[in-house]
Amino acid sequence: MLETLIITLVKIAVVFGALLLTVAYMTWVERKVIADIQVRLGPNRVGPYGLLQPIADGLKLMFKEDLIPGQVDRVIYLLAPSLSIIPAFIAFAVIPFGDTTTLFGLLSRPVPLHIADINVGILFVFGVASLGVYGIVLAGWSSNNKYSLLGGLRSSAQLISYELSMGLSVVGVLMLAGSLSLVEIVKAQEGVYSFRGIPLMPRWFIFIQPLGFCIYFCCALAETNRAPFDLPEAETELVAGFHTEYSSMKFAMFFMAEYANMITVAALATTLFLGGWLGPIAPSPVWFVGKVFFLLFLFIWLRATLPRFRYDQLMHFGWKWLLPLALLNIAATAIGSMLGPRG
Amino acid sequence: MELAFFLGLALVAAAAGVLVVVQRHAVYSALYLIITMGALAGIYILLEAHFVWVIQVIVYAGAIMVLFLFVIMLLDIRREEDPWAAPDRGRILVAVLLSVVLLVELGVAVGTRLVAGVPPPPGNFGTTETVGRLLFTDFLYPFEITSIILLVAMVGAMVLAKKRLT
Repeated sequence: MLETLIITLVKIAVVFGALLLTVAYMTWVERKVIADIQVRLGPNRVGPYGLLQPIADGLKLMFKEDLIPGQVDRVIYLLAPSLSIIPAFIAFAVIPFGDTTTLFGLLSRPVPLHIADINVGILFVFGVASLGVYGIVLAGWSSNNKYSLLGGLRSSAQLISYELSMGLSVVGVLMLAGSLSLVEIVKAQEGVYSFRGIPLMPRWFIFIQPLGFCIYFCCALAETNRAPFDLPEAETELVAGFHTEYSSMKFAMFFMAEYANMITVAALATTLFLGGWLGPIAPSPVWFVGKVFFLLFLFIWLRATLPRFRYDQLMHFGWKWLLPLALLNIAATAIGSMLGPRG
Repeated sequence: MELAFFLGLALVAAAAGVLVVVQRHAVYSALYLIITMGALAGIYILLEAHFVWVIQVIVYAGAIMVLFLFVIMLLDIRREEDPWAAPDRGRILVAVLLSVVLLVELGVAVGTRLVAGVPPPPGNFGTTETVGRLLFTDFLYPFEITSIILLVAMVGAMVLAKKRLT
């Protein structure tokens, strides 16, 4: 009992620390990658290759003056950043980041590399993600600023619209895996497809659910307010959207929440479509982290490539394209799994 | 342990419920309602109804309350004048009457169950599989009829909204 408790606490500490570090260094990766794409140098003053830049930024944000505008609704204004960042981190509690490990023989018995494996794992992630919108909406409202309010309203409308297609896009995967537990879903993707004894490709769900993956990815971009769907903080129209009135660490918390959400949706995509921790030779967490970083790179690449959608285009795309396509995907998967052999 | 959790959650739910009513600001009322929903979700976990718990969080706390907030913010309701200024006698009478009826109903329902004794839930109680199976076998007709009623309500709302626009 005590041993399990200690192991769980250590796992929570490790995952939380790794997430915070990844969030910090994602800002560096994003700036470097975008600089490369735009033929610039990017941060290169603080440390070699600008590697200490995130730490310098963090220190700066912590020591900056904390302004609270006079006309805000104080309680909600102060609460909103925490409401935004807590769900972003909680979702990781059910995401499996590796197979079992004994830490090179240090532990007496193998320990599974996930904090919790619950019966309704994937629904838990969606539930927690849907709570994240409160931080943004309330920040927009409590700031008592037109730009903030518009940003908050846009964001809530966008999240509600795209959450639906996102949920439907993974139903195909759930049908094939026959479980809502994320560990079971990864295990269902074990093995390879082979043709006459020649192994062709791993049995990842992306190969049988390509449409599902595309819909999921579009929705993930919209859910995390990333370009080309970053309308809630469209600086040309809304100054900075919902966090216009926030400064210092409270602003940083919104920023961290956005990056943590990005990591969560990328990790979920890895688990559902890319076989999670599965992969040959290298230890399982390495595969998981590698796949997540590949998806994060895609996020940044898209931001540097695509112009922002217009608001009516965004709604049109979500409701008239993604939703029907997701329903079509479910119907096709159902028919396919009834006719053919499972998987 | 379980009792302690239940009492804590029930207390939070009830207190937040009272605060929903006495708040003068609609946004705060909505926030307290979210807390009530969250506490209820916790009670569902204690009842081992995991699927219902998650659906409660996704649908009520995550979707419906966001829409509530959305509407309140769009209407931009500032502080209510003074809700206690002129208490409407008739309204209070109806409210008291209805709450007494509800209390009696609840008392009878819970009381008879307590007297009869509650059997322990089967092993797979509350899982997604069990709920899904029940929805597509024993409760198929109620389930389908409910969805049709909701659809009708939705279409009705759209028609009404359209009429006002043109």
